[in-house]
Amino acid sequence: MKPRATLAAAVATVMLSLALPVAAAPAPGDWDAVLDAAEGQTVYWNAWAGEERTNAYISWVAEQVDALYGVELVHVKLGDTSEAVSRVLAEKQAGNDDQGSVDMIWINGENFAAMKANELLFGPWADSLPNYALTDPDNTPAVRYDWTIPVDGLESPWSSSQVVFYYDTALVEDHPDNMPALLEWAAQHPGEFTYPQVPNFLGNAFITQALLELSDTTDLFYKPMQEEDFDAATAPLWEFLDQLHPHLWRSGRAFPSNSADLRSLMSDSEISIALSFSTTEASGAIANYELPKTVRSYVHDSGMIGNMSFMAIPYNAQHKAGAMVVANYLMSPEAQAEKQDPAVWGSNTVLSMKMLSPDERALFDGIDLGIATLPPDELGEVLGQPHPSWVDAIVEAWQERYVN
Amino acid sequence: MVLLPAFGYLPVLGGNTFHLEAWQDLWARAGLGHSVWLSYASGLITTLVALFIVVLFLAASQGTWIDRTIRRMVSPLLAIPHAAVAFGLAFLIAPSGLLVRWVSPGLTGWERPPDLLIINDPSGLALMAGLILKEVPFLLLMSLAALPQLRPDSRVVLARSLGYAPGIAWLKCVFPALYPLIRLPVYAVIAYATSVVDMALILGPTLPPTLSVSILNWFNDPDLSRRFMASAGAVLQLGVTLAALLSWWIGEQAVKCLSQRWLTNGARSSGSTAIAVGGRALLITVTLLAISALFGLALFSVAGFWRFPDALPGTFTLDHWQRILPSVATPLINTLSVGLTATLIACVLVVATLEHAARHHLAARRVQWLLYLPLIVPQVAFLFGLVVAAESIAIRPQHALVVATHLLFVIPYLYLSLSEAYRRLDPRWGQVALSLGVSPWRAFWQVRLPLLLAPLLTACAVSLAVSIGQYLPTLLLGGGRVPTITTEAVAMASGGNRRLVAVLALLQALLPFIGFSLALLIPRFVWAKRRQMRGAA
Repeated sequence: MKPRATLAAAVATVMLSLALPVAAAPAPGDWDAVLDAAEGQTVYWNAWAGEERTNAYISWVAEQVDALYGVELVHVKLGDTSEAVSRVLAEKQAGNDDQGSVDMIWINGENFAAMKANELLFGPWADSLPNYALTDPDNTPAVRYDWTIPVDGLESPWSSSQVVFYYDTALVEDHPDNMPALLEWAAQHPGEFTYPQVPNFLGNAFITQALLELSDTTDLFYKPMQEEDFDAATAPLWEFLDQLHPHLWRSGRAFPSNSADLRSLMSDSEISIALSFSTTEASGAIANYELPKTVRSYVHDSGMIGNMSFMAIPYNAQHKAGAMVVANYLMSPEAQAEKQDPAVWGSNTVLSMKMLSPDERALFDGIDLGIATLPPDELGEVLGQPHPSWVDAIVEAWQERYVN
Repeated sequence: MVLLPAFGYLPVLGGNTFHLEAWQDLWARAGLGHSVWLSYASGLITTLVALFIVVLFLAASQGTWIDRTIRRMVSPLLAIPHAAVAFGLAFLIAPSGLLVRWVSPGLTGWERPPDLLIINDPSGLALMAGLILKEVPFLLLMSLAALPQLRPDSRVVLARSLGYAPGIAWLKCVFPALYPLIRLPVYAVIAYATSVVDMALILGPTLPPTLSVSILNWFNDPDLSRRFMASAGAVLQLGVTLAALLSWWIGEQAVKCLSQRWLTNGARSSGSTAIAVGGRALLITVTLLAISALFGLALFSVAGFWRFPDALPGTFTLDHWQRILPSVATPLINTLSVGLTATLIACVLVVATLEHAARHHLAARRVQWLLYLPLIVPQVAFLFGLVVAAESIAIRPQHALVVATHLLFVIPYLYLSLSEAYRRLDPRWGQVALSLGVSPWRAFWQVRLPLLLAPLLTACAVSLAVSIGQYLPTLLLGGGRVPTITTEAVAMASGGNRRLVAVLALLQALLPFIGFSLALLIPRFVWAKRRQMRGAA
């Protein structure tokens, strides 16, 4: 081991001598200073990269911010967001507090809650971005609360999404409109419905949706969970799942691992109804040859769970100014309209239309949403994500019950 | 770095004291016992079956053109990444898969796929099948690299002149000498199969998954306090792998004792037909399955929409290739430069160590097992510690750091692929050279090294493939600065678009394929006039 230690020391010495002096990040409020500092920076954006259309959109953003602000944007392609969290955690453990390798993370929900709780995030900065006002934050709680956790300016909104069901009209005549009807339908069509295995986020969303739909009152789910409430509040959910599982694909003895798996099952005609966290998933998959042209989307009468995803900057990011400039550009009407176009990606905007100029609004009006996408007025009410403590608890209980 | 969090110590997450809470959480997990059993059993069964197939084939193999063709078809299979084989196999044997499509609805009458649990079955059969497809080529290649120095042909000829049937002659006279040479690779297979993640994610059981997959899930859990339990799980995984290795070792001893009588009982031909037929049939099945899996991938990479039960896609398109190809140049170059640098450094280090040991007649040291530690400890567990270590001495993510991390995995594989062949090289070759008055260096360059060309190149090809396959080390230590074809492929696989995954998997297989082809072709070219030196392929 000794020669290796010497080698490591030598490498370390060389690296230290090469290390650049650290420029302090400018105050987020002084936007001109932020723009100045950002020019010439290379921003490493850590983002899940499982969708080619997302990756292509991020490449487009990279071209724009290079041309507009002289910021070089590098997409660090992740299989799972937690890989970036690991990196930041390791850097903090090692005492690297100002030269972190992760400049910006695509994040929301539980990952955000964990990073915030462990003080791994820089900020507040997000509410100082010039484009932040376009989301109409005063009237849009969804940009101020991420799964009920106050955002506190630690992340800037990027995309809004909502759970939708999709089904093959060639195989299903009447789609169910609520959870009890889904159970009835599944009993009549054994093996033709399933959902991703908890704790996959879409699987979690399905059982959360069922919990909200099957409960008479949902207020308590939006506050931290009290242990004594859990059994009574979740009893209808377990009763429902116990009845549903025998009718699922493979009789509930196996579950697809994620939304992609679920989509493949639809593609192979193994199942006839599936769900997604993207309202344009079905249209996009048809364009990608993954689903038959007969697939359409629908929502439950009581509304569907929705949430937003955000950009966060780790506390030790080396290029904070660059990251803020990119995050601000991502909220621009131009970038948001490009993103919403299903021909590009089809991810819904976080901007409030009434805050935009007529010209900016026109960018959105011209978008063709795709054959299997519900128009905004048919998406129904958006149900908020319950407090993470509730989701954690039902996820935990699901595994206790159904993993053996 | 794995141990500390397992016992509650990870200051950045507020763990400042040592305690056993993580272990209590771990024991309380639903399905833990089942997970552990799955990992243990699938590791042992996979290795046993793979070794059985390889040995039976080698015994049956007569050096005819059929046998040579089969061998040549198997080696390139090693180049296909594990995840790609898993994807391909899943699509082949699923109820909506290629095999069912080919016979439906004609023979089966199925218009919709039957609701059968084949992939992700609770007992892990699909996972074991996938692993066997990958481990058979590995063990075969290792055996073929080691065989020539045993001069199997003369052994078999001798036994045959005593009236032994060919297969029996091989089993009784060659295999007992071969096994010690491939023992380390066999152990590596056990370690790999008990802790595999990527294949288990695709083919393995899910309720509960294998221990290695559970550990990955806990590490990836947004709730960061899960990492304590995950670390405890990683320690448990190490225990499971060691237990499997120990069981195998006990099995080895038992076989050694029990087979003494059979080896010397003088029976010359009982079972020889079974060996001749079975040996070839099994290997051909494995090869055909793997090739069909690959064919399925290739088909998907150009498929338009493909409804069940159509035997072929309704339309074909080059869209998927056109979308991926423009962005793969940098990853391909990175993959190649990291892989070649790591292989070269590892090669120099390992050969220097082995040559040093050979010159001074040193026995294998006991510290050797340290070298293998990276192969049996779950990556996700100790890589975190590695990042902390690198950051602590201010080494920022960069190319060289990725190469250094790959060395952790490349060196053990290169060492275990090469060491036995090196040690067993007849020392008299070197002695003859020295007695003719050349320097030890010249004896090394002109006599010993050329003699070892075939195993050396094979070992390098294995190392290159190992380096190319690394995902987490490349991503975490490289901090995303060094995208490779594998980081691209895994990230894309998480989105599950089968067509794009197929394109990347095929691209990912390309480089190791070239590596293995070169390892086979170079000795044939260099030793065009010396048949015995070409290796056994």
